[in-house]
Amino acid sequence: MLYESPQTTTEAVTLLAKAKGKVHVLAGGSDLLVRMKGGYIEPDVIVDIKRIKSMNAVKKTADGYLIGAAVSCAQLGDNAALVKAWPGVVEAANLIGSDQIQGRCTIVGNLCNASPAADSVPAMIAAGATAIVQGPRGERQVAVEKIAKSPGVTSLKKGEVVEAIQLPPKQKKSGDAYLRFTPRTEMDIAVVSAAVNLTLGPKGVITDARVALGAVAPKALLVKPAAKAIIGSTLDDDALDKLAAACAAACDPIDDKRGTVHFRTKVAQVLAKRAAKIAYQRAGGK
Amino acid sequence: MSMVVNSTINGDPIEFSCEPDETLMDALRNRVGLKGVKEGCGTGDCGACSIRLDGALVCSCLVLGAEAEGRKVDTVEGMSDGAQLHVLQTKFLEHAALQCGVCTPGFLIAAQALLEKNPTPSEEEIRYGLAGNLCRCTGYDKIVRAVQDAAKTMNKRSKSKKTTGRKK
Repeated sequence: MLYESPQTTTEAVTLLAKAKGKVHVLAGGSDLLVRMKGGYIEPDVIVDIKRIKSMNAVKKTADGYLIGAAVSCAQLGDNAALVKAWPGVVEAANLIGSDQIQGRCTIVGNLCNASPAADSVPAMIAAGATAIVQGPRGERQVAVEKIAKSPGVTSLKKGEVVEAIQLPPKQKKSGDAYLRFTPRTEMDIAVVSAAVNLTLGPKGVITDARVALGAVAPKALLVKPAAKAIIGSTLDDDALDKLAAACAAACDPIDDKRGTVHFRTKVAQVLAKRAAKIAYQRAGGK
Repeated sequence: MSMVVNSTINGDPIEFSCEPDETLMDALRNRVGLKGVKEGCGTGDCGACSIRLDGALVCSCLVLGAEAEGRKVDTVEGMSDGAQLHVLQTKFLEHAALQCGVCTPGFLIAAQALLEKNPTPSEEEIRYGLAGNLCRCTGYDKIVRAVQDAAKTMNKRSKSKKTTGRKK
């Protein structure tokens, strides 16, 4: 196996595009090294992106927040301005594993690992995040919900690497929230999860919303009908019931010992309602 | 093909060689001889291999040895000041917060990181903060009490330092 640690994104893209055999990007390593240890993958080349300066920074720009691919989830939690702007996204990122895992894991890694239960992904989808993808043909910007295709499979082409996540600017009177269900409080993987991001207009009426669900389908879902159910409302009981029904309709979960189809579908509705209420409060609604 | 890695381990510049797919945990144990880094699960669940990498608390089983190039690594071996044990180490002994001891280095490193970030943690915060460390014999009560006591002692010391500082 070859270990490469490029200094620039261009170098990384060249390495990824020209590598012979199986090539893997190493960010935090909290998925990659586990899969290597378990014998599930045997990389021929590993491209460690942590030496690339631009990928190690969280930048506040006119377009919002640009989070480099190598930024650990612990660093996100330490960034007070980011926590204030996107509390749901940071909460989700800070639910992954333990403090030890937080010191390493990244939201881009979480995204590219393409697990349907990834905590940060529904929160990023609800936030309307974009992945900045660099490849042999230059840069392209991809909506976060379009990166994962199915468990463990992404839409990235050979030579491509996600350089950063772009979170939009925080809108006035907006709020986001993420909730998950796990049997244990720590060190567990979501059985079901839900994220809601919404913006309020006059009189607490929701003018814009995005709702996402995790672990209830082969990939995290953007549930547009669920957002539509609460837009125009003040999140009254009727709107919440419609939100829940739209979420239930979107669920297509697996049935296993961690949760049956019935259980996951039910819990998705409960979590979506609760996340919507938290987001509504954060947006300044009563 | 073996790689040569230069890093600062417990304050000392150290050069070691390792395979490109070798974990930092294995390199620290087998190449550098720091056996305080323990392997429990090897998959980041148990925290026995906890170290600090450029200050960040991480599981060394999820880090490649090659990644340590130019970085600062701190292990349990660097916690004491010569023969003078760190307060956390003393409190773990006083409270008998260990039995077989395999998890202890990881708990000490994680507790140190926790107290740096939050010098006055509640019991709940300690339990959450140490959730990435598993103990299979003593249980967690004594460990939590040792950390609480260590926090108290460390805060007293830093307070008295501040007061003497002001008098001068």
